[in-house]
Amino acid sequence: MQRRTLHQFAAAAALSLAVLPGAALAQAPTEISFFYPVAVGGPIAKIVDDFAADFSRENPGVKVTPIYAGSYQDTIVKALTANKSGTPPVTSVLLSTDMFTLIDEDAIVPIDNFVKTADDRAWLGSFYKAFLLNSQTGGKTWGVPFQRSTIVLYYNKELFKAAGLDPNKPPATWAEMAEMAKKLTVKDASGKVTQYGVQIPSSGFPYWLFQALAIQNGVAMANDAGNAVKFDDPKVIEALQYWVDLSKQGVHPPGIVEWGTTPKDFFEKKVAMMWTTTGNLTNVRSNAKFDFGVAMLPAGKAKGSPTGGGNFYIFKKSTPAQQEAAFKFIKWVTQPERAARWSMETGYVAVSEAAYGTDTLRKYGRDFPPALVARDQLPFALAEFSTHDNQRVTKALNDGLQAALTGTKTPTQAMQDAQKEAERLLRSYK
Amino acid sequence: MTSAPSGTRAVHAYLLLLPAFVLLVAFTHYPAVSTLIDSFFSTPKGARPGVWVGLENYAVMAGDPVFWKALQNNAWFALATIPLSISLALVMALWVNERIAGRGFLRMAYFTPTVLPMIAVANIWLFFYTPGYGLLEQITGLFGAPSQNWLGDQRTALGAITVVAVWKEAGFFMIFYLAALQSLNPSLREAAAIEGASRWYFFKRVQWPLLMPTTLFVMVNAVINAVRMIDHVVVLTRGGPDNASTLLLYHLYEVGFKYWDTGYAAALTVVLLLVLASVALFQFFVLDRKVHYK
Repeated sequence: MQRRTLHQFAAAAALSLAVLPGAALAQAPTEISFFYPVAVGGPIAKIVDDFAADFSRENPGVKVTPIYAGSYQDTIVKALTANKSGTPPVTSVLLSTDMFTLIDEDAIVPIDNFVKTADDRAWLGSFYKAFLLNSQTGGKTWGVPFQRSTIVLYYNKELFKAAGLDPNKPPATWAEMAEMAKKLTVKDASGKVTQYGVQIPSSGFPYWLFQALAIQNGVAMANDAGNAVKFDDPKVIEALQYWVDLSKQGVHPPGIVEWGTTPKDFFEKKVAMMWTTTGNLTNVRSNAKFDFGVAMLPAGKAKGSPTGGGNFYIFKKSTPAQQEAAFKFIKWVTQPERAARWSMETGYVAVSEAAYGTDTLRKYGRDFPPALVARDQLPFALAEFSTHDNQRVTKALNDGLQAALTGTKTPTQAMQDAQKEAERLLRSYK
Repeated sequence: MTSAPSGTRAVHAYLLLLPAFVLLVAFTHYPAVSTLIDSFFSTPKGARPGVWVGLENYAVMAGDPVFWKALQNNAWFALATIPLSISLALVMALWVNERIAGRGFLRMAYFTPTVLPMIAVANIWLFFYTPGYGLLEQITGLFGAPSQNWLGDQRTALGAITVVAVWKEAGFFMIFYLAALQSLNPSLREAAAIEGASRWYFFKRVQWPLLMPTTLFVMVNAVINAVRMIDHVVVLTRGGPDNASTLLLYHLYEVGFKYWDTGYAAALTVVLLLVLASVALFQFFVLDRKVHYK
């Protein structure tokens, strides 16, 4: 009796061992582990769990297991560490700019491997081109746009009125922004500034916000191959000079402006205009106790903003069946209806034209027009700055920007130093 | 025949040591040795395994300006936090050791920073330091001081982080001092009182020497904490502006988990280990002799 139980136990153990390492047996459901980060407010985890459950219900052969992995940085650390130990997630949402890092680590497979039918091709073609720019290199698509954003300008309409400005006319050019910022800057009797005109955050990842200025001045700072940068281009230096001058003229707070407290500064009326991600839209909507407006970033020589946010990637070290199932899930979750829901509940830009054509999003846009500004800005958007050895090259740029903004280096000196460092880092990728 | 029982005893001894031994080897010795070995290899990338590069990673370190900046910052950070947090801890412990009203509340208040989660605390401090309407600004504003961007200025960023660290550490060290003070023989105090010794004299000649073992222990901890400081940096400044507040461990984290340059990160770890080990050895073998144990 005892012996039989033992045998049964051993058989069960053997079976579970055989099944566990990834659906080798046909009858067991294919399990896909899915790492995702949370980078904005809102019930993100619940929405993701709902998506996974709905998908598994519609596709009984596949079980999607979403795993919350922290911030973007935490998520890539976890995914790449797991990859080095041989068991990466099957799919993960990671920054679109992590593409080159993931390729260099030989961690992911191109999405093109799974695009076979005409329907698949139509799906891949349905994404906004601006979002695909960060997802493609060397003629291949490596990531699928999911939670994407751009930078927009939020402004306080009440403060505009108080300063004698038209609350329905946000600045359209650099000159206008500088001029309006001057009118919106308020000092108390002792000469201390109590309200700044504009602020552009510069802690953590100043390169992203600066990239908007560079694009507006007519330069994309990195090439498509991700192995050359143009930090010391005179137009880039000019763009930095504009930012530094705002601060010097006293209409922008001095030193480094913290990214995290920028929305709070806006709510507290310490600043009348702020540049930040569209992902903050829902946050601003629920916390600003005044009438606010959302506008496209002002134009220098042209309008422009980088895109930002995360893409889906499929990892190489998983079975073909898992990869196929992950592809199916990614295709399912980026369908217009779901992209619309995702956009509404988070503030992210929906990833395809078709999503904005859905009834849900059309109605939302009618009731709350600021939700459409980011989409309207997309035709002017370029890929977020990304190169090989991305974090190091970005760090060189960040250091240069912070040195210029705190006044320890001139913009020219800072950008030349950053260029030198970037060239040294990129020489092996030429 | 006599060797058998003693052999059994040796086996027993080793078996008893085994759990501690396994843990030490698995989590301390093996990682340290494998890090040392890794530091002589290049970083494996994708399909390319790491190759022997000898001391190249160390040469890179010598030429890495951020490393030197971090080392320098860390030295200032340690020089400021260690004496400040220890003396503050001692003063607080002496105070809450007295019979005063609300003693329990005071003790708790001092210890609170230690039990709060670091990340949450750093986020609160982030708002203290916020220019314009942060707590600090509101206080200095009362005296008409000009606005100051504490974390966004290269001259003050490291100092701002140091203050948070001292605030966090002092309460923790206070507990050790308080425990030591309470274990002092009360007859010493009575004897001093009878002899008419002043409080300062009693502290200088009796309490302070008797607290030396605690001071040594606290100092070792303070040094270790100064070198392994990272969480505040991540939340408050991310090493900025322009590396003005980058500390060694933060630099190491960036190299290892942002740049994925594990070879170079291993070399940095080895240097960090050497620094810590030599400081600890100095404290244990040189300072220890000067300490009076009961």
